[in-house]
Parts: sequence; C-alpha cells; structure tokens
Amino acid sequence: MSLPFIVFFVCAFLAVLGALTLILAREPIHSALALILVMVSLAVLYLLLGAEFIAAVQVIVYAGAIMVLFVFVIMLLNAGIEERTDFSKLAKYAGLPLGMFLILFLAHWMAHSLIGQQVANGVAGTNVSVATRDLSHQLFQTYLFPFEATSILILIAILGALVLAKKDE
Amino acid sequence: MSIVPISYYLVLSAILFGLGIVAFVFKRNIITIFMAIELMLNAVNLAFVAFARAHDQLDGLVFVFFVIVVAAAESAVGLAIIITLYQNRQTLNIERINLLKF
Repeated sequence: MSLPFIVFFVCAFLAVLGALTLILAREPIHSALALILVMVSLAVLYLLLGAEFIAAVQVIVYAGAIMVLFVFVIMLLNAGIEERTDFSKLAKYAGLPLGMFLILFLAHWMAHSLIGQQVANGVAGTNVSVATRDLSHQLFQTYLFPFEATSILILIAILGALVLAKKDE
Repeated sequence: MSIVPISYYLVLSAILFGLGIVAFVFKRNIITIFMAIELMLNAVNLAFVAFARAHDQLDGLVFVFFVIVVAAAESAVGLAIIITLYQNRQTLNIERINLLKF
C-alpha cells in the first residue's frame, strides 16, 4: 500500500463520511460542517490528481466563500432541528431500492468503463506548475469570452441577490 | 512511481453524487437541500478533474472553474430566495412550503 493510495482512501473515506453526516444530521449547521469536510477532502484529492489551482480554488471559493454564506444564512434564520416526516409508501418501497440501484449501477459502470481500465494517473509532482501555467493559457486565451461572460453572470447574481433580499418599502 | 487508477476517483464521484441525490430527496430543510445540490456539483467536479487528468487535457479543469463560478452565483441568489421565503412564510420546512404542490 503506497502513500498515494493511503491518501486517496483516507480522503475518500472522509468525503463519504461527510456526505453521510450531511444526510443523517438533523441540525442544518452540522450538515454545513459535514459539507465543508467533503469539500476539503475533495481539495486534497485534486492535489493528488495534480490540479493544484483547482484545489486552491476549491478551498478558497467553495469551503471559504460559499459555505460561509450557508453558515451565515443558517445563523441568520436561526434554523433549528429538522422535523422528520414519514415519506410516502411509493418512496419507501420503490424509491429506496431504485435509488440504491442507481448508485450501484453508476459506480459499477464507472469502474468498468473503458477509460477506467486503461488509463492510470501519476502522482502530483514534476509537472504541476506547468499544468497551472497551461490552465491560465487556456482560461485567458481559448476560453476568454466565457471567462468574461462569467463576470457578467456574477454581476447579475449580485444584483439579483440584492433585489431579492432587500426589505420591501 | 505509484499510481491511483482513474476509476477509483470516478467511483468516489458516483458515490458522492448518489448521496447528494439521496440528501436532496430526503432532507426536509430547504437550506440542507441546497447543500445537497452543492454536494452533487462537487461530485461532478471530481469526475471532471479525473477525466481531464486521464486525457491530459486542460479543458476539464477550465470547466471545473466555470462550474465553481456558476455554483457561487447560484448559491448567492438561492440563499437570497430562501431569506425572502423565510420572511414571508416563517418556516424552512419544505412540507409547509406547498403552495405550488399538486
């Protein structure tokens, strides 16, 4: 068992644990903290895949900005313990088995897809900084127009959030 | 040099996406449902990065960047909607927010 495998399995375990905690926790704040755990372990996996820029963006934007927004809203609205409700018979007898089947089928299909058998990746190492430089070339040359369009999108989102959240006069 | 096969990442991505769907369907708090959407986006991002690595193409990483930007915009607007909803209905339970329910 080499080091990348150990890192992968530890992070994968933490990610799945966080996702399960998100489902099982009854306080929304516990779910938010579990989601932060998932995001940080995914950032470590991105590092393992050699995508260091994406890992940094994951921690700063997702685990930082977005989750702070979530926690802020949970605190602001004073979200308490979630009420459990019985779900319908259809969900219990058809939804649960079908959902489990979907998960298993997706995992099986991905594990046995062509790409999974043939391609193996290296550890993050020699060409990491090159990858980030190439990524910036892609981002600011090939994808320059979509990149600029996202700034318009962000602007619209800010305006939309302000208009929605302001108090009515 | 030791290696972790791409398929491992893809399986993890599928599991996280499935758990995201489960959380989306079963949770009753609207904020937690929003978090389930973020979890699914994260799972898709992991698949993007794994495939980008497998093909030695950087387009996948650029797509992850755009997905993160769209997720940020989406959560800003969505949480504003949730605040407005709470001001109007005084609840976060989706069982009580059933005006459009058939």
